[in-house]
Amino acid sequence: MNLRIAGLLALLAAALVALPLVASPYVLSVATLILYFAYAGQAWNVMMGFAGQLSLGHSLYVGLAGYASAGLFFHYGIGPWAGLWLAIALCTAAGAAIGFLAFRFGISGVYFALLTIAFAEFTRIGFDHIKWLGGPGGLFIKVSQRETWDLANLRGTPEMFYYVMLALAAGAFVLCWLLLRSRAGYYWQAIRENEEAAQALGINTFRWKMLAVVVSAAMTSLAGVFFAFYYNNLFPEQVFHISRSIEIILGPIIGGIGTLFGPILGAAVLTVLADGITELLAALGLEIPGVKQVFYGLVLLVVVMFLPNGIWPTLARRLGLSK
Amino acid sequence: MPWDLVLNVAIAGILTGLVYGLMALGLSVIFGVVRVVNFAHGEMMTIAMYAAVVLFAAFRLDPFLAVLPVAVAFFAFGYLLQAGLINPFITRPEHSQFMLLVAVAIVLVNGLLLAFGPDARNVLVDYQLESYAVGRILFDKARVFAAAMAVATSAALFAFFRFTRTGKAIRACADNYLGAKVVGLNVKRYYALTFGLGSACVAVAGCMMILLVDVTPSLGPAYTLLAFVIVIVGGLGSMGGALLGGVLIGLSEALAGVFIEPSAKSMFSFALLILVLLFRPQGLLGRKVS
Amino acid sequence: MSPLLEVATVSKSFRGLKAVTEASFDVAKGDIVGLIGPNGAGKTTIFNLVAGVFAPDHGQVRFAGRRIDGLRPDQVCAAGIGRTFQIVKPFAGLSVLDNVTVGALQRAQGVSAAKRHAAEIVERLGLGAKRELPASSLTLPDRKRLEVARALATRPQLLLLDEVMAGLTPTECDQMVGVFRELNRAEGLTILLIEHVMRAVMALARHIVVLNHGEVISRGAPEEVVRDPAVLECYLGEEAEV
Repeated sequence: MNLRIAGLLALLAAALVALPLVASPYVLSVATLILYFAYAGQAWNVMMGFAGQLSLGHSLYVGLAGYASAGLFFHYGIGPWAGLWLAIALCTAAGAAIGFLAFRFGISGVYFALLTIAFAEFTRIGFDHIKWLGGPGGLFIKVSQRETWDLANLRGTPEMFYYVMLALAAGAFVLCWLLLRSRAGYYWQAIRENEEAAQALGINTFRWKMLAVVVSAAMTSLAGVFFAFYYNNLFPEQVFHISRSIEIILGPIIGGIGTLFGPILGAAVLTVLADGITELLAALGLEIPGVKQVFYGLVLLVVVMFLPNGIWPTLARRLGLSK
Repeated sequence: MPWDLVLNVAIAGILTGLVYGLMALGLSVIFGVVRVVNFAHGEMMTIAMYAAVVLFAAFRLDPFLAVLPVAVAFFAFGYLLQAGLINPFITRPEHSQFMLLVAVAIVLVNGLLLAFGPDARNVLVDYQLESYAVGRILFDKARVFAAAMAVATSAALFAFFRFTRTGKAIRACADNYLGAKVVGLNVKRYYALTFGLGSACVAVAGCMMILLVDVTPSLGPAYTLLAFVIVIVGGLGSMGGALLGGVLIGLSEALAGVFIEPSAKSMFSFALLILVLLFRPQGLLGRKVS
Repeated sequence: MSPLLEVATVSKSFRGLKAVTEASFDVAKGDIVGLIGPNGAGKTTIFNLVAGVFAPDHGQVRFAGRRIDGLRPDQVCAAGIGRTFQIVKPFAGLSVLDNVTVGALQRAQGVSAAKRHAAEIVERLGLGAKRELPASSLTLPDRKRLEVARALATRPQLLLLDEVMAGLTPTECDQMVGVFRELNRAEGLTILLIEHVMRAVMALARHIVVLNHGEVISRGAPEEVVRDPAVLECYLGEEAEV
């Protein structure tokens, strides 16, 4: 990694760490949201950007993880640090199941995307019937306090949540950086570019595609756990909804699939602009629900049409940074 | 469970299924020819339903009459969408095309939310409350008319593809893009034409559907998925398959609603989709796509 | 000494069309064998059968004494067979070096070792100056070199070359021939090549197998094969004379 990128990264890291000291609560919450989507986007990117498998059902993992950890906390008082192991296990199993079914039966491209949607939708409706997890009425975790940092139970100040998410996002970044340079990274990209040629070079494409799906699912599960303990309420209708899946992929697509900075950049651009629009409208005295979503759609449209590789590759070239 | 209740529910399901089938037919035609995954299909259906609502509210226009202007408008919209937005994307990677239509869908569904709000809307015509009775079996008039319209439209489309020159040209484009170009067919124009036709089908289906259910913006994504389930179950590229798939889904939804639970309806459809994708991806009547 | 590759009465049909019928031939270790025949003769089908793309309906394929028919392509590669594709399949979004590194990872211990090995091969195939360029920016001859480099990086004992000379100028063709000759001489690389470019076949192959309509109609040293009436007939028609 060249010096310029390293320098910029250090600057960014410093700014991010210092942010809570200067930011208003509103800005902090927006920043937390950006980091959340940067993290989730990074996790999704492993499957799509690296291995070329389009998943439109990632809300499945967020939901499963969220409900698993929240359920344990709600019913047995088991904290999220223990609960997350169940979450990871569940999501890994779900991802493995979907991957196995899809790859064994040779399902790819559009059909694979539809399969992922079907699983998420199926689960959404299914969870409406799970009384133990609150059913359609939702599952609520008690917010015992917001004053001190209770990391063990993830109860605390907005700053605490911000730093937790920052740690996750940073961790994901480092993990993806390492993955890209590893055998896995090479093999995944080979599969993404041309699966047949990859096979001829000795790559067991089934095994490596499974790995991408499982890693992506496991990473996304942590986002689910965070989601549950940050928002403190879960509704099947919301958490498993296809809109959640689409929100996750917007960042990487707009920022740049398959790149390291893409998801972060995309999440930042999208959230800032969207919130900017809402603020602008509010300043003009208008309050229009749904305008944010239309905006997301339009941005996605523009990016897909004119910047098919996302913003980051073009930006990187302009700034003279390589890769 | 009394058999006449089950039979009534089943018949209602089949009739509704025929309207589903027409909607899916539009998708099948689009996907089968242009090979574009129209992720905005359900949203288009929803817009058609709203169009019927608006025309009814403004002019007391019966949806059966509204079919004509709405279909024409949708044909134009579909044609322009394909010609202007999608045609340049034919050579792009699959996920790019997909994302393009996802974007269109997002804009459409939320545009509807902005324009109409989240509350349900509907039309009210007299025959919605009447039924034909054959012994203890009841056929809802509205459902029968809607199904008849769906079948008629499908037949017209089928005849178009089978017997007209343009129809055959479109089929040629579907079978072999390069070959069609080589023999001088203006493939891009036929793609636009096809998208227009598929959209017109959706328009008719939407006008019929509003007689059977209320419309909210959130129906969009649900119908998109439903259309895909039907097309995949029935078989890609098979027009008969779309109708058959629609009937099957309509029937299974209705029966699942009665025997299991109303909210389980969609679960059943998704389970069916997963099974078909795994074990018979070409669907019931489709050809194997290489 | 037993042959490195044995294709034993192999047959393959596709939906009723007999692509290959009871074809048999051997490739000795260290040999360079040319597989020739008119278009549609079944040459690439035989390659695909050896490379594990599909399994034969009848017959066996043995490599180093071990049966490999029915193995997956990646398993065949692991066994020691590398292949190129008739229509090149570069990893377009990756650089030339990364493309070859993917191949090198097959036998290398880690990414750095793989990269080093890849760099050597890239140099050897004359792509050194372009190593950081994306594969999508390469000309066809360079893409062919890349295809070969990638397959070579897997350290195969047997290399299957599918029409690598097509589209190359005579000079480029001679260069490639030189590279293969050197690999064969210096490292004992066994080569089985499908070729239409006779210049390359005559320059490289020590033995030739001729296919027509899915059957082996002639085999032997190049000089013998080109005079075989059966061979002349399938290429030139019945009335041809030497």
